[in-house]
Amino acid sequence: MPNSTAENQETISEEIAAIHAEHSARAEAAGRPLSAHPPRNFAPYRSTMLRHPTHELVRADPEEIELVSPAFGHTDVAAEENDLTIQHSGEPLGERIIVTGRVLDGEGRPVRNQLVEIWQANASGRYVHKRDQHPAPLDPNFTGVGRLITGDNGEYRLTTIKPGAYPWKNHRNAWRPAHIHFSFFGSAFTQRLVTQMYFPGDPLFGLDPIYQSIVDPAARQRLVAQYDHDVSEPEWALGYRWDVVLTGPRSTWMEPEDSDHA
Amino acid sequence: MPDAPLGQTPSQTVGPFFGYALPFPGGPQVAAPWHPESIRLHGTVYDGAGDAIPDAIIEIWHADSAGRVIAERGSLDRNGHTVTGFGRSAVNRAGEFEFSTIKPGSTRADAAPYILVTVFARGLTHHLFTRAYFGDEVERNEGDPFLATVDPLRRPTLIAAPDAQNSYRFDIRLQGEGETVFLDFDAEIYG
Repeated sequence: MPNSTAENQETISEEIAAIHAEHSARAEAAGRPLSAHPPRNFAPYRSTMLRHPTHELVRADPEEIELVSPAFGHTDVAAEENDLTIQHSGEPLGERIIVTGRVLDGEGRPVRNQLVEIWQANASGRYVHKRDQHPAPLDPNFTGVGRLITGDNGEYRLTTIKPGAYPWKNHRNAWRPAHIHFSFFGSAFTQRLVTQMYFPGDPLFGLDPIYQSIVDPAARQRLVAQYDHDVSEPEWALGYRWDVVLTGPRSTWMEPEDSDHA
Repeated sequence: MPDAPLGQTPSQTVGPFFGYALPFPGGPQVAAPWHPESIRLHGTVYDGAGDAIPDAIIEIWHADSAGRVIAERGSLDRNGHTVTGFGRSAVNRAGEFEFSTIKPGSTRADAAPYILVTVFARGLTHHLFTRAYFGDEVERNEGDPFLATVDPLRRPTLIAAPDAQNSYRFDIRLQGEGETVFLDFDAEIYG
């Protein structure tokens, strides 16, 4: 339902531009690169306003437990859970796609045998979630949830349908670009990452305060999958490639024998 | 020659619609409640207006009772006996989360035992880490080198308070009065 009293896109876009300029100026003055992660205080995404800490985070040296992740394995997840198109008796509606890539650490080493979880809207932009009130049809043949364990080279592969864009109530005429939610565990718990993967060329990128909460344009680009014709399968599905890098803290690189606390 | 370090994939909010995806059966029961050493860790997540947040999801990760890292599989498919150290609990409509687990041991001789707590929520662009230390470990907490670096006025936000037998309360305040101490394991990223 349109809300005539809500702020318009122009206001939101101006706020986004101002924050980007402020962060860029500050990084330049300090002689450091922009952070890859979005600031938690990002007012154009209105829900952040009461949910971001106002104190500086407190620096902590990760302990041994924080430098490892829970052990997940192939017994935790069934092989077919990486195919979101076969969970019901019929075929889901929409454009069938394959998304594949590798999960790596900052030095290019594969993140093996780790859990990846996926959730998304259906082709019409509707989630199977009771709080999703978007008046778009549910698809009885699509739930939009999957999971898998990465392979020996950090590789993952999933089959799904391309999600639709959908409206939300951040401001008047606010629309989320089509995206798939991903949850990753790295080799260390400090590398934990929940993020969203987008599709190339989406006209909503510039308008979306969630995507634009990432100030660094190069980092934003890392969330956009690439169309890869070698991944596409003839007469079946279009293919996208998306690699993920989980760097975590520098101390992750330290071997235990180099540690003071070994 | 190693290649230049690869660029970190940025975080995005977990959003409001994870409820049918991330919670899993047995997620909050790291140890079954009938486990002889089981403890309850529970609390409420609040925003800067003091209102409970109904759309957060909390993860815990901790060592075994001797302070050793647990390498047991089966977090997603619990067998009722193996304690994997990893749990996940979505909050309810009142913003409350609750875990059943065991009390971990210290991972280092000079450190107090704790549970690593990770907070995800709609409106949180990047998750937050904190640690739940135990209110009944007064001596160990006083000698803990990390807790010693935390402003004494804010230190209580890291302490899970015993509120019943084998039960600890750990409320999480994202903003404002009594704001929880959140941790930065990589100062470099934030500059």
